Amino acid sequence: MAKPDHRLPQGGRINRDKPLSFSYDGAVYQGYEGDTLASALLANGKRLLGRSFKYHRPRGALSAGVEECNALVRLESGGYVEPNARATLVPLYQGLSAKSQNCWPSVDWDIQAINGLAARFLPVGFYNKTFMWPSWRFWEGFVRRAAGLGEAPEAADAQEYHKRHAHCDVLVIGAGPAGLMAALQAAGSGARVILADEQEEMGGSLLWEQDEIAGIAAAEWVRSALGELAAQNNVTLLKRCTATGYYDHNLIVMAERVSDFLGPKAPVDVPRQRLWKVRAAQVVLATGAIERPLVFPNNDRPGVMLAAAVRQYLNRYAVAVGQRVVVACNNDSAYRTALDLQAAGVEVVAVVDVRADSQGSWVNQAKSAGIRILNNHAVTNTKGRKGVTAARVAPYSGETPGVARWLDCDLVAMSGGWNPVVHLYSQSGGDLDYVEADGVFVPQGRDYIQTAGSVNGRWLLAECLREGAGAGVKAAQTAGFEAAAPAPENASADTLKQGPTLPVWKLVDESSDKQWIDFQHDVTLSDVELAARENFISVEHFKRFTTTGMSVDQGKTSNINGLATLAQVLGKAIPQVGATKFRPPYTPVAMGALAGPDLGPFYRPKREMPCHDWHAAQQGDFDDAGYWQRPSCYPLAGETRQQAIKREALMVRRGVGLFEGSPLGKIEVRGKDAAEFLNRIYMNNVPSLKQGHIRYALALNDAGAITDDGVFTKLGEDHYLLSPSSAAAERFVGSLEEWHQTAWPHYEVIISPVTTQWATLTLAGPKARQVLQKLDADIDFSKAAFPHMAFRSGALEGVPARISRVSFTGELSYEVNVPASYAEALWRRLLQAGEPEGIAAYGLEALIILRLEKGYLHIGADTDGNTIPDDIGWGAPARKKAVDYIGRRSLDLPVYCQGRRLQLVGFKLLGGRGEQCIEVGAHSIESADTASGMRSTGFVTSSCFSPHLNQPVAIGRIEDGRNRQGEVVALYYDRKTCRAEITAPVFYDPEGERLHA
Amino acid sequence: MQQIDCPWCGKRNETEFSCGGELISRPQDALGADDKAWTDYLYFRTNTKGVHTEVWRHTFGCRQWFKAERNTLTHQVVNTRKLSEETGEGHGDHG
Repeated sequence: MAKPDHRLPQGGRINRDKPLSFSYDGAVYQGYEGDTLASALLANGKRLLGRSFKYHRPRGALSAGVEECNALVRLESGGYVEPNARATLVPLYQGLSAKSQNCWPSVDWDIQAINGLAARFLPVGFYNKTFMWPSWRFWEGFVRRAAGLGEAPEAADAQEYHKRHAHCDVLVIGAGPAGLMAALQAAGSGARVILADEQEEMGGSLLWEQDEIAGIAAAEWVRSALGELAAQNNVTLLKRCTATGYYDHNLIVMAERVSDFLGPKAPVDVPRQRLWKVRAAQVVLATGAIERPLVFPNNDRPGVMLAAAVRQYLNRYAVAVGQRVVVACNNDSAYRTALDLQAAGVEVVAVVDVRADSQGSWVNQAKSAGIRILNNHAVTNTKGRKGVTAARVAPYSGETPGVARWLDCDLVAMSGGWNPVVHLYSQSGGDLDYVEADGVFVPQGRDYIQTAGSVNGRWLLAECLREGAGAGVKAAQTAGFEAAAPAPENASADTLKQGPTLPVWKLVDESSDKQWIDFQHDVTLSDVELAARENFISVEHFKRFTTTGMSVDQGKTSNINGLATLAQVLGKAIPQVGATKFRPPYTPVAMGALAGPDLGPFYRPKREMPCHDWHAAQQGDFDDAGYWQRPSCYPLAGETRQQAIKREALMVRRGVGLFEGSPLGKIEVRGKDAAEFLNRIYMNNVPSLKQGHIRYALALNDAGAITDDGVFTKLGEDHYLLSPSSAAAERFVGSLEEWHQTAWPHYEVIISPVTTQWATLTLAGPKARQVLQKLDADIDFSKAAFPHMAFRSGALEGVPARISRVSFTGELSYEVNVPASYAEALWRRLLQAGEPEGIAAYGLEALIILRLEKGYLHIGADTDGNTIPDDIGWGAPARKKAVDYIGRRSLDLPVYCQGRRLQLVGFKLLGGRGEQCIEVGAHSIESADTASGMRSTGFVTSSCFSPHLNQPVAIGRIEDGRNRQGEVVALYYDRKTCRAEITAPVFYDPEGERLHA
Repeated sequence: MQQIDCPWCGKRNETEFSCGGELISRPQDALGADDKAWTDYLYFRTNTKGVHTEVWRHTFGCRQWFKAERNTLTHQVVNTRKLSEETGEGHGDHG
């Protein structure tokens, strides 16, 4: 078949000096800069552009814009793939490569088209009904292969995506006539204006309608308006930017296609897309309207197209989609298509109008131009396997078809009226009004949203310009700017008149041929009738049952036809049936744009300790501890992790080790009421602590449960340093602030978190003092001068240091705090000084073993939200303190004073082999008889093999545990049971001699 | 995403805030409170349908707690005040 050239010799907004070649399904074609993929394919006579979802019907482009439901393609390959791209929105670029979708082996010969023959067995809801026997799982594999629109890309996305937040006074969405006028007026007031438009060029219908404004061609007027806007620095113009979501308080999410128009050849330093989040004081929605298809048998053949799309291809892209055109309509606007086609030398076979007559301007022009008009007629069918070859035309009066005839044609341009684009308005929560005369839903209006133009059901240019200007003024004024009432614009269209539209929902009563309502999801008129028969009559149920409007196009052409048909079947008025609620996004947004740059290492921030570089250089094995990167151990060459952990633990028991504990919480509390305030927070007595001393402390919540343990130090008069555990460091600051602000605001205290200002280097082991004494310091480290639980500050190697003698290992231990910037230098100095003592770094894993040998608690692991001080052996001091501290009152509740509570104990494994341990989570059971049920009397919370004691050690909580020491219990875990003796929860140095060494 | 009017900072995105639950008062004489009064304070809330007075905190901002009236049906925060703007003290469930 010879390729007909559908490109007109002149006209259009394409750049004929810049021819571009591209490929579709492997064949190479040529188009021009300014084309879309769809216009270039149509210019090349390629009009079969897709296969439908269910029946694999041949389909061509229905539209020229965002509402496209048929011409879906897969763009490019590898890391540049985009499935389900609407060919009508893809700007042509040199080398573009596209493939058809949803067909095999090709769009021209598609095997699954056989589904069309089985159509009577595939009505709506067929998958809900059919695949129940024997089970969905049996069918799933078959269905998955047949289902889905397009295929997900296989390679990772090769391009970058950015995000941007912005604020403005007036956000105008849509840069057609109304939007441009609104932006001009708002900008003139000095308001910060953002004008966003989804198309490649701003101007909307003015780019392709044969209109004049203020005596110049519409497109010229657009150019000067944009020039005027661009010259003002309070205006941001965003083309290729689709507002997709409208959220609370005028937060608008917009997807800007920054470099899509360049394809894979876009420069690497330019993002592909940018996601905008704009907070606007006022929003002007000038989103326009989308033409409505007519519903008649075989209205889905390639060559049945929306009338305005035909006009747009003609005027904007210089493409005559057909050579012999039948125009089918119920309103005046379609006559413009007939007029423009005739002017371009295309044969207009007839205008088929369901109305008896119209005295509108364009209708009269058509009459004078000698165009054949068939009033009271409708198109009732089409012929042609892969493209329309004839349209059947029959008298239309009411809904009864009469004598019919066939008109030969290769294109049917249809217009069933217009649907205002109320999506964003509906997303904002706004209600819609139904306008009976035009059969449209329009916005009711809200005080922070102005709507203007055809979104309000204004169809004439002059009305749109006037309303746009008014909306711009009102938006600026409401946002607090002084805006003058606009001067009236002279549009050539001012004198134009339009005849009334006659809303029609179906043109044929009975037909064995399918009449499409939702082209993309293959929903037909008979499916709507079936849904109504099966009582899916709520519009939201109806939508989901039939899947009308649930595909890529989100029902831009099908929603209103669907619900109007439903109303008709149910014998209800359309407003009674109502419209479904629109939800974001307006058009699909690339997953990459939503993710933005928050990928890989940027997905979640990491916190590195001050000596991180040193740890990393040792090939330290890092663990995520919250956001912190903490070394778990430091294996030497040839050492396994287990060997390293064991070596490090033994080193601390026998010599000395160095540990970075910088994430340890550090909070300074100062002020004249500091002691009294902290006495409310901690279970332990605060005022009795002397300066230079440290006290262990538990913090409870008001229900009495332990939330954290740590230490606090009295640095000076009215000055304390708190050290909550690392994991609780931030939470604890929050808790102090909350109690201070909400319960005791009269306390004069200042709470300053200083965790990251100070690095914490811990020297632990019997030789720790020897190492520290080698350093140049003004602090006396002798046992007498610096005992356990004492604090000293001074200069260490010339650096200000705060040193605490506290221990989480059970050994002699110094926590040396220095300003974070000195940490690594001091770390290296300590390792150097300790070399004769065999010092090395130890990690978190060794620390966990050391603390468990000593029976030190890990709050949150060894305790839970029901653990009170009594349960871990702190009952006496907790109850003795008479002050009302957080949690105190709850300890006297009956629930905490009665019964056999779970108490902290140790477990000694009996009959273990090798380095066998008790499993964490093992439950103590009364009998292993699974039939009668196993009652748990407690459980193991921490467990490990102690290299120093050469035996397994474990702690946990068990009913009445303190009174049951020496008792042997059965511990059950994963269908196995072991025996263990209940012991005290301390396995190493119970007298604390080493601690106080 | 709605904006919440922090009484200290002005309107900010909701994601900067955390909700501390219903505005309640810790009994002044906690140690003297009977078991019922104390457990009412700990555990019992009005579970209002409609406008509900809560405490919120501008966590990723000034870190101040404040009172907010929120409609529990629509999630709309309709009014905010400093804690000190009315007599009585209160705090939320975070404690």
